[in-house]
Amino acid sequence: MKAIRSMVLVSSDPDSRRRGSRKVFDQLQAEIAKYGLADEIKLTEVTDIGRHDAIPMVIVYPEAVAYGPVTPADVPYLVEEHLYKGRIANDLLAPAREMSGRIAWLRSRKGSLPAEQRIVLERAGIVDPESLEDYILNNGYEALAKALTQMKPAEVCAELDKSGLQGRGGAGFPVGRKWSFVAATPGQKKYVICNADESEPGTFKDRLILEGDPFNIVEAVTIAGYAVSADEAYIYVRGEYELAQRRLEIAIQQARAAGLLGRSIMGTAYNLDIHVHSGAGAYICGEETALIESIEGKRGEPRSRPPYPTTHGLWGKPTLVNNVETLANVTSILRNGAAWYRKIGTLSSPGTKVYTILGNVNRTGLIEVPMGITLREVISIYAGGMKNDAAGTEHRTFKLAQTGGSSGSIVPASLQDTPMDFESFRKAGVSLGSGALLICDESTCVVDLVKVLLQFFRFESCGKCTPCRVGTQRCYDILTGITEGRGQLSDLDWLLELGNEMERASNCGLGQTASVPIRDTLKHFRAEVEAHIRLGVCPAGVCPMMAEAVYS
Amino acid sequence: MDSVTEERAIPTIVGDAIHKHGAHFDALIPILGEVNKELGYIPAAALREVRKQLHGPEERVFVSESQLFSLASFYSMFSTQPRGRHVVQFCESAPCHVQGGRDLIKSLQDVLALKPGETSSDGKWSLVMTSCLGVCAVGPVILVDEDIYGNVTPEQLPMIFAKYD
Repeated sequence: MKAIRSMVLVSSDPDSRRRGSRKVFDQLQAEIAKYGLADEIKLTEVTDIGRHDAIPMVIVYPEAVAYGPVTPADVPYLVEEHLYKGRIANDLLAPAREMSGRIAWLRSRKGSLPAEQRIVLERAGIVDPESLEDYILNNGYEALAKALTQMKPAEVCAELDKSGLQGRGGAGFPVGRKWSFVAATPGQKKYVICNADESEPGTFKDRLILEGDPFNIVEAVTIAGYAVSADEAYIYVRGEYELAQRRLEIAIQQARAAGLLGRSIMGTAYNLDIHVHSGAGAYICGEETALIESIEGKRGEPRSRPPYPTTHGLWGKPTLVNNVETLANVTSILRNGAAWYRKIGTLSSPGTKVYTILGNVNRTGLIEVPMGITLREVISIYAGGMKNDAAGTEHRTFKLAQTGGSSGSIVPASLQDTPMDFESFRKAGVSLGSGALLICDESTCVVDLVKVLLQFFRFESCGKCTPCRVGTQRCYDILTGITEGRGQLSDLDWLLELGNEMERASNCGLGQTASVPIRDTLKHFRAEVEAHIRLGVCPAGVCPMMAEAVYS
Repeated sequence: MDSVTEERAIPTIVGDAIHKHGAHFDALIPILGEVNKELGYIPAAALREVRKQLHGPEERVFVSESQLFSLASFYSMFSTQPRGRHVVQFCESAPCHVQGGRDLIKSLQDVLALKPGETSSDGKWSLVMTSCLGVCAVGPVILVDEDIYGNVTPEQLPMIFAKYD
């Protein structure tokens, strides 16, 4: 590899590209060539690093200085000052996220707030996602080498079990146990599936993991295949994530060419092939059995369980299905050991969690922090507090958060000091889900919010089982009635009863959890709902309180 | 593409798609995806053609037209009806909703003079409601063809649409 003096990263996520990152990149290339620096400076496009306030962003290493938002017109000055003369172009610096104005937190975050702890996104924003060489230089493929040469498949499962890693798709099932189940099921042919059908509203962590560090997932799937003795794997990526699909294809191609995938991987007797399978737009395909049906070329309708995919999965064969974020932990655990992983997070939920912060706050985006952080900390430290109203005069306060996407819980302000880990949340009756944190201020009407959620479920219900297909529609109708001033107190009992029936009788998680937001709303915000019915007013001033046809 | 050219193009499009993704059951959805991308929707004639070409003595993938239709109608990225030249997708999920989507959808319907699911009579615009597009940090989000627009305000809409002809 050539010696390079500086590395210049340009953000290239869809948002940045929309704001002209491509032109910035071309302009940088031209300017760097003009000064004859093309041999010493490596220019790379990377996916964004969770900062939506300053894109397109340009980061220069080794100084780790972040510039943004950068326009093509800024580029000549930037190149002359920083890359040619070696001075930091102060007036182009990205707005300070911490005291120093530099993003030193990318590597060493000591003393600078807000500190993140990145395991899953360790390399995102640092490596070139389209270069195997870059990945290997950053500890890539150490874990696979260790597994293949020093560990038996059962030892890999045992190590994961010891680490306490829990599935990050939402259910929090112990990963080591799942791998052992599949490994223990007899059969010549087994499959590994990486579930990257991330359709949960408010969640885009898997997209950033795949776009920022696709090799990590390819390596983790390869390790999983070794651990459960599978020789074929699928990565099911939702259809909308074209960039993620392309980067995975490139990663798989490069890994194959280097002998890290395909036949006799790293010279051992282990073979594995990985296919990238594109979804076609269906929320339900995030459910593992629906996903399997979809790969088989059918409608994404969940199967009845048991039997579980661990014994009867893709084409009826034993199949391991894991979420992207879950797999993204695997390489770090094998490299550093289970004991290291146990030290991070809480006792019952080790490791980190990637959260997406959304809603009425000052900084939206993505963070990776140890398990057990509280909602109050997230809002005040990472989200920069609640956003003022549009005029900037009135200070808004936190009203509620929805954690974990559409079927997540509605968390009132009184619960914002509960540590966010699987155990504590379960005790508080809250679901952690996919890690989406939708933070709302008092301008949000809880009935209106829940109506939108039910609109989503009635649209995305696959229609296979009646409780879900009809139940979501009925709940939506009742909620619409309440927002249009036609509500009655008996409606609330109906909602609870419908919710109970859906939870008990639905075939899969979609119907079983669709009523969670309704249940939570009636538990924590009953007075606000009743105001719609008894007084005929919407306290937040959002609902029309009369018939209105917005949605056909 | 008018209907006659479309009719003629279908066998080639389907043939290419099968060649690219292979004649297997797990390729059915990718094949329909290619057709949808080329024609903007999946006409009944294309489903017929997929069945015909997959039933060959070599392919031996026995799938009925109704099975194919059940796929085309299930997945939201596929359309079984022709759509406008430009498809405007509005994200109606909760994160966009609380970040200003509530007002945006009303303006969107006014500016386009369309209701969700409709196509304008001149065949230029279709308005489609969609679930989360995965760019929630910059909600509300609309997608025009393949261009994503985030932090959209009602005032920006005429400007955005002026770019398309």
